[in-house]
Amino acid sequence: MAQFPATVAAPGQDRTSDDRTMVLNMGPQHPSTHGVLRLVLEIDGETVVRLKPEIGYLHTGIEKTCEAKFYQQVVPLTDRIDYLCPMTNNLAYCLAVEKLLGLEIPPKAQWTRVLMNELTRINSHLVWLGTHAMDLGAMTVFLYCFREREDVLRFFEMVSGQRMMTSYFRIGGLALEPPLGFFEKVKKFADRFPGNVDEYEGLLTGNPIFVMRTKGVAHLSAADAIALGACGPTLRGSGVDIDLRRDAPYTGYENFKFNVPVRTEGDVFARYLCRVQELRESIGMVQQALAGMPEGPVKADAPKVVLPDREKMKTQMEALIYHFKIITEGFTVPAGEVYQAIESPRGEMGYYIVSDGTAKPYRVHMRGPSYANLQTLAKICEGQLLADVVAAIGSIDVVVGDIDR
Amino acid sequence: MPLAPPITDIEQLKSHPALGRLVEWNASVVQAVKFDRDELTIWIEKDAIRETCAILRDSADCPFNYLCDLTCVDWHPSEPRFEVVYHLLSIPKKERVRLKVRLDGSSPAIESVTSVWPAANHYEREVFDLFGVRFTGHPNLQRIMMPDDWEGHPLRKDYPVEGYR
Repeated sequence: MAQFPATVAAPGQDRTSDDRTMVLNMGPQHPSTHGVLRLVLEIDGETVVRLKPEIGYLHTGIEKTCEAKFYQQVVPLTDRIDYLCPMTNNLAYCLAVEKLLGLEIPPKAQWTRVLMNELTRINSHLVWLGTHAMDLGAMTVFLYCFREREDVLRFFEMVSGQRMMTSYFRIGGLALEPPLGFFEKVKKFADRFPGNVDEYEGLLTGNPIFVMRTKGVAHLSAADAIALGACGPTLRGSGVDIDLRRDAPYTGYENFKFNVPVRTEGDVFARYLCRVQELRESIGMVQQALAGMPEGPVKADAPKVVLPDREKMKTQMEALIYHFKIITEGFTVPAGEVYQAIESPRGEMGYYIVSDGTAKPYRVHMRGPSYANLQTLAKICEGQLLADVVAAIGSIDVVVGDIDR
Repeated sequence: MPLAPPITDIEQLKSHPALGRLVEWNASVVQAVKFDRDELTIWIEKDAIRETCAILRDSADCPFNYLCDLTCVDWHPSEPRFEVVYHLLSIPKKERVRLKVRLDGSSPAIESVTSVWPAANHYEREVFDLFGVRFTGHPNLQRIMMPDDWEGHPLRKDYPVEGYR
């Protein structure tokens, strides 16, 4: 943490008139800002008077890149926005393009998408829980969380060959059928995981140090949360009951039974409880997906959009032609526009895609949940102690790749 | 599943709470409508956008109290060049609507909606940064993604994908 005298105000920072306050730079290289996030803090002693996030250090112009790619080539780019939940990003993009095309997805692909999505949520929440607890001084939880996260990453590797940048969902279904023995392994994990969550909760929920660091800290009221555009667990922790999986079901979520945890306290502890409860709900949905997994194909019957199976491509002339056409020319998408939102682990992940009828998207806009949640940070940190800023950042669970895009 | 053709008749779409409320309030702000792929788009008169947003936010039957997203599309070289796009969500009723405002390319400017939703702050800065659309009444209209001394607006269609060399 570098200290700046008030006279050397950071770019964009108003010079303070009060001699009592000091401007402090937190980040961009700071372990608890979870990436290259820079916060310019104006502090009076230990109390935060004002906070201003300075972002853009990770801006890669991914929206511009999308405009130069075929529709199917954008899928790997979506992984890289929010690198902790690749599958939900894939899903949001694929659903948006499928909506533009009017494409129907077979049930097995839908159920597998739900299964992988909930595993992604577990993966993302485990990283959040581990790092959040570590920021507040609880090292053990971090090690436990990363132990289980490793299992989830192995599942990702099994289906897609990649641990993080999976690109497993494709426009029209899945890249491949899940391998043999995959569901059995997930089942074993799902049976054991609620015990692991008990373990984390045993270390944190009743821990007086953790509770003192989080209860009543960084309060966000429901009205402020809505006005500032918070989403996901940050919004639900403030008592606003909204979850797109239940309220606007996509990819077959209407077949699943789950509760939406909502807390009214609006502090760091409430957001913690929401996410931990979501871990339990997610594993419940994984169990349901495993129990009810339908049989059938995992790709839509749309030869002009979906790549043929490798085997067919090598033996059938027609499949080879389609393969060649899709790879070299892409596929055209009828003109129009859609906004498809899904509930990612961090909140509403939306894709706004404009098509002009060609094989490349005219405009792709990603509505990142972290970008929305970051705006609440200035509000919740006002009047808090400097040490609590770390708790506040952890509680809104931002991923900087998702903010800067 | 074949796509249904879009509906563009205001009369047919009046049952949607957002359009119903706007027609009831002041029908002249509505330039055009389109219902396509289960999504309603309303084109709004440029000067009325802030009031329209406030009316929709405070609507009694179905308050569109949440600004989901605010972005822009560049239709270069046609005019009006820019379309600023607002996605609203009604948290109590779970309804969505998309508002659009057309702006010409010469000096694109539009009233800011930060007084309606503070959430618009970062979104408008992003559109200003990447498209060069000015938002009047914005409390802190500065670049957000690009460095302060950057030249040009990268998401404009006449800006090369690989940047200026």
